[in-house]
Amino acid sequence: MSTFFLMCWEFFKTGLFAVGGGLATIPFLQEMSAKYGWFTVQDLSTMIAVSESTPGPIGINMATYIGNHMFGFLGGTAATLSLVAPSVIVIIIIAGMLERFRDSKAVKGVFEGLRPAVVGFILTAVVSIYVSSLLFVDAWKASGSIADLFNWKALLLFAALLAFYKWKSKVHPVMIIFIAALCGMIFAF
Amino acid sequence: MKVYLDLFVSWFKMGLFTFGGGYAMLPMIQREVIEKHHWATEDEVMDYYAIGQCTPGIIAVNTATFIGYKVKGILGGIIATLGVVSPSLIIITLITALISNFSQLEIVQHALRGIQVAVCVLMFTAIEKLLKKGVTDVWTFLIFAAAFLLSSFTDLSTVILVILAGIAGYVMFTVKSRKKGGEQA
Repeated sequence: MSTFFLMCWEFFKTGLFAVGGGLATIPFLQEMSAKYGWFTVQDLSTMIAVSESTPGPIGINMATYIGNHMFGFLGGTAATLSLVAPSVIVIIIIAGMLERFRDSKAVKGVFEGLRPAVVGFILTAVVSIYVSSLLFVDAWKASGSIADLFNWKALLLFAALLAFYKWKSKVHPVMIIFIAALCGMIFAF
Repeated sequence: MKVYLDLFVSWFKMGLFTFGGGYAMLPMIQREVIEKHHWATEDEVMDYYAIGQCTPGIIAVNTATFIGYKVKGILGGIIATLGVVSPSLIIITLITALISNFSQLEIVQHALRGIQVAVCVLMFTAIEKLLKKGVTDVWTFLIFAAAFLLSSFTDLSTVILVILAGIAGYVMFTVKSRKKGGEQA
């Protein structure tokens, strides 16, 4: 039971401090995975893929997915409500002083610092996803040979898909996920 | 009573038909909130959106709360928010059940590992876009680099780092606007 409340508390904190939209929740989720081991980095990656290919805001999808993953439907609902609760409270407070908030120089300043910082936090989380998806750290540590570090199949697919996505930028992300799933099945990733 | 139902149904639709959240939602908001129900004007929606981006939380939820609150107070805000999150709750719950039932199959494992590579590609382009928007000069680059290094190589929690970044932004903004003021004088 206490894990349940801890999970809700972690999502409440995420909702309170993740500024700048859905992707900003990823660093908090990665921290949760590292700190409590509730899910792996691979799970996080699957969650991102599921969120990208289903409707709805990414942050909400991730909270529902993780809550469900841990405690079933009730967990998914509780995680989502915990994530949105701070927004609802903060917005209701701000709504009363909309103009003052909008024109405030302090708010503008704080946000100008947060925007680039959030990119840095997301990058850190993404690097850990890259390491787990494109490299074999365990195999490398076991054998000591650098050749064992690289997951060549995955790196090749990464390069090909990235080139394709850059070339056809209008392609929907779901298409990229679908092609990658097919390649994974065909080439036994 | 009908207003509450309208708020819920409208935001439920907006949650159901937007992929990716954020700006993808604007056209739906335009149709439902501005044209159909006249809950807010275009300028108000753009204001809410801008503020939603620099307040904590999911942008779509922030916008829903704003408009619900404007129409019917606190309860309105809560109902609009519940509307916008409900489709995700239902859809993701179904998908989680599917994945946990089939994830033991070897073929599904292979597919999931392929999908992880796709996520790397999507995150690559997402970060590229965020960098273009967020890192515009030396100052913002320094904050970005410090944020990356501190979050990668120290044990400081993300909460602490977010607070530090906010303070850094405030200091940077104050110094910059003083400099500008000095030049003008």
